[in-house]
Amino acid sequence: MNQKDIKLFTPTTVVLLIVMAVGGLAAFYRLFFGLGASTHLNNAWPWGLWISFDVLGGVALAAGGFVIGGAVYILNWKKYEPIVRPAILNAFFGYALAATSITLDIGVPWRIWHPVIMWQVNSIMFIVAIHVVLYTTTLATESSPLILERLNMKKAVNFVEKIMPAIALFGVLLSLLHQSSLGAVFLIAPEKVSPLWYSSTLPYLFLVSAVLLALSMVSFETILSARVFRHKPPLDILRGLARGSLVVSGLYLLLKLKDLVTGPGVGLAFNGSLVSNMYLLEMIVGIILPFCLLLLKNVRTGVNGIFAVNMLVIIGTVLNRMNVGIVSMAEHNSRMGYDYFPSWMEFSVTMAMIAFAILGFKISVKYLNVLKLEH
Amino acid sequence: MGMNRRDFLRTAAAGSGALLASGVSPAFASMPKELPTGAVGILYDATLCIGCKSCMVNCKKYNSEPGGALYLQGRTASYEVKPGAPFWDSAEDLSSRTVNVIKVNKSGTGLNKDSTDNGFSFIKQHCLHCITPACASVCPVGALKKNPVNGVVHYIENRCIGCRYCMMACPFNIPKYEYESATPQVRKCQLCYHRYDEGKYSACCEFCPTGASIFGKVLDLRKEASRRLTLKPGDEYDFPVQTVDSKQKSRRKVSKYIEHVYGLKEAGGTQYLLLAGVPFEWLGFNRNIKDQFLPDLTWAYIAKIPAVIAGVILAGTATWAVTRKRNKDKEG
Repeated sequence: MNQKDIKLFTPTTVVLLIVMAVGGLAAFYRLFFGLGASTHLNNAWPWGLWISFDVLGGVALAAGGFVIGGAVYILNWKKYEPIVRPAILNAFFGYALAATSITLDIGVPWRIWHPVIMWQVNSIMFIVAIHVVLYTTTLATESSPLILERLNMKKAVNFVEKIMPAIALFGVLLSLLHQSSLGAVFLIAPEKVSPLWYSSTLPYLFLVSAVLLALSMVSFETILSARVFRHKPPLDILRGLARGSLVVSGLYLLLKLKDLVTGPGVGLAFNGSLVSNMYLLEMIVGIILPFCLLLLKNVRTGVNGIFAVNMLVIIGTVLNRMNVGIVSMAEHNSRMGYDYFPSWMEFSVTMAMIAFAILGFKISVKYLNVLKLEH
Repeated sequence: MGMNRRDFLRTAAAGSGALLASGVSPAFASMPKELPTGAVGILYDATLCIGCKSCMVNCKKYNSEPGGALYLQGRTASYEVKPGAPFWDSAEDLSSRTVNVIKVNKSGTGLNKDSTDNGFSFIKQHCLHCITPACASVCPVGALKKNPVNGVVHYIENRCIGCRYCMMACPFNIPKYEYESATPQVRKCQLCYHRYDEGKYSACCEFCPTGASIFGKVLDLRKEASRRLTLKPGDEYDFPVQTVDSKQKSRRKVSKYIEHVYGLKEAGGTQYLLLAGVPFEWLGFNRNIKDQFLPDLTWAYIAKIPAVIAGVILAGTATWAVTRKRNKDKEG
């Protein structure tokens, strides 16, 4: 299958466009009538779905860019070269969307640029803001050969590819810092975050789980695009990613268990409350099951087994971000007398973000040389 | 003696050296941990409070003036339900329109004042003006600042981007957001610092008839609070009214206090101190607030960043060089 055969106007595209239109309207409504009119955020729940899913989840889902970029350009594992372009392009979409969501979520969107000039280095939020700006620029540079090739600017392509290791290293550095700083955001509130999630190792947990999610996400996309574009999935790449997932999920499991045992104790996880059950769900779906399945050789070497593990890790890690951002504060905030469940407008904006990423990726694959398909 | 140019240059050079070494300017680096020299605050004594809510009404009135915590250009005072109407909103909790609230906690028949047993107690809730405020430390744009002289934690509206990290970080859940507005602000008590220039002080203390809320230097308030804990229940005592050094006293029988000056140590200490006859947990204070400086928790992470930057660049470059050579050798 080549690029010309990719049909743009399919029923799926129409659905995606409708989802984007609804979310776009909700976003406009939020801009003109405020957060109170459009969201269910309140004084006990300053952050909701947009921060937990779009920002914490979106940034973690985009970690593939730095993990594969680092493997190919810094570790020089050339085996993974075929997947570096889609991984980086995907990360670019992830960050652009996280940045859009932050802009909608803050109360005064037209001041989004303030952190760039009003430095306040005690603030993790300042660190995150600077990183998002720098890293989105880095990803744009890393993806620029796609556009430059299309414009036939050979010299520019050569130049970018020559300095690519340096750009990739900068990307790895920024990602290490701000994947972890998203976890560090919650360190300030030990009296609010449930001890099931609160830990001084939260930054490391965010980083390790982002790497795990990156491997699964890239593998997931590779399998999916092989199916969509009807070519054979590159088995050696998938197996390599699965081996990586086995190691990282083992490490993540150890860190999480150590936190549970040395922190609140195992008992709290089994007290039957909604919060504890959400913790167990995250642990089983996102960590324990994937790790145990990957231990089996026939799972980590077959496409179907790898695909199943990828799904588990993606759902489990996103669940982890939702748990840290929302569920972990449920007990504290209900004591204050407030509940939170996202409004339909919050959901529709989030869904529009996902739709935009899928459609944007599809358009890029059709018009740019992302997957290195035949022209 | 002022700083001359050479001194300035030397300091600047040393400063930038330090900046390069640490990655962040030392001037920003950590939050203040000492009580400012001219720190002012409030002492609230729940045993003296009669729940008249005069403090709430006058808080709203004087903070709706220009410079006040509730001021908004072109808006009528937020304590009036309708402009000109002779009654006020009856706030039950802190909100973007209420930065000071009197609450009552009851049990059983609720007859005994300052008792958890079939009793009740009032509590006055507003910003505690932490010595090391978590809200100011997490603000990405410095829209919340602690005044270095009087220690008031105040808000600079035109910097604020509305990320609401201050609300997340505040252990006492004080900052509130104007969700109802399309151009929202954070609202919290600013200790009426807009009234100091005219020689006035916090309206809640000025209009408290019993001396339940008194304004003053934090050091004096601390002394007054610990003195009250030494008094014998049933004895008479001249409680100062309005300010801690006031000539006006209110002679009253001393109630039984619990042995705890709230705000002395909580979250590293605050400029709002509270006394009560019942445990503060019973009055709705979060029992998990520890005697620690909260910004230290995030600073421990931030302080590692310069080392990570240096480490990743060095290790990354070395790895790249080694693996590239290995690949070339293989090919060759």
